[in-house]
Amino acid sequence: MNWSEFFSMGGYAFYVWGSYAIALVVMGGEVILLRQRKKALLARVNNISHSSESEQT
Amino acid sequence: MKIYKYASPANFYPLAGKLIPWFAVPAAILFVVGLYIGFFVAPTDFQQGDAYRIIFIHVPAAWMGMFLYILMAAYAGIGWAFNARLSSMMASSLAITGAMFTFLSLATGSLWGKPTWGTWWVWDARMTSTLILMFLYIGFISLQAAIDDPRRADRAGAVLALVGVINVPIIYFSVQWWNTLHQGATIRLLSKPTMAPPMVAAMLIMLAACWLYSIAVVLIRLRCIILEREQAAGRVVEFAV
Repeated sequence: MNWSEFFSMGGYAFYVWGSYAIALVVMGGEVILLRQRKKALLARVNNISHSSESEQT
Repeated sequence: MKIYKYASPANFYPLAGKLIPWFAVPAAILFVVGLYIGFFVAPTDFQQGDAYRIIFIHVPAAWMGMFLYILMAAYAGIGWAFNARLSSMMASSLAITGAMFTFLSLATGSLWGKPTWGTWWVWDARMTSTLILMFLYIGFISLQAAIDDPRRADRAGAVLALVGVINVPIIYFSVQWWNTLHQGATIRLLSKPTMAPPMVAAMLIMLAACWLYSIAVVLIRLRCIILEREQAAGRVVEFAV
């Protein structure tokens, strides 16, 4: 199989690969942002639970 | 086993955590399989050449945009009618992923329209109603963000979501009701598809992958929303520590 022919997509490379690039960016972006949100949130929750423990003792 | 106990956010949180990998891993596998069939097995289209391969992401994205909206409206409605907090949180979680897929369907549609129709955008019924769908998602998200009290935000969002459901059948039937530039449905429930079998297979596998991806991502976000709300309400969130 000829790879340069494959990547040229019969002259539609910009449109085809552009579509999949956007898909990768928005779906990958969603996962990355969500991971950051969760990390920050868990750090805060852990912080609060530790500080309340130290207050009790 | 009492299934009702999982209606409580604190009980659902660990269950959701256990479920996520069961959707995320198959989603990744199906994306690879679907793209492999779409690019290496499915033949070149005799009319559109290779430009048609955008279909494997465009159609699943467009369907997800509509499915997730109906699901969001249903969860928002249940949360409102039965005062079920978890159900409303699910609606908020679905909104972001639904908006993302709707944006993706508009963007890939635009990239497909340029080489095949000669234009990035036309104000045709299918595209205009899909743009309205995106505005409904954005409206839902902004409305909820603008109201401080979470339960009031849920109710306001539910009204908007339920009224907006009318737009989904309009999108679906727009290609039949109006004379549009957008092509008609290639896949129908009760008739044979008009595409080659590998094309149909790739599209359906990509759709399944998008479903599994959505479930995984929505559950991860739901867990974040549960934590944020329980914490803001001053409740102990030891289930997350």
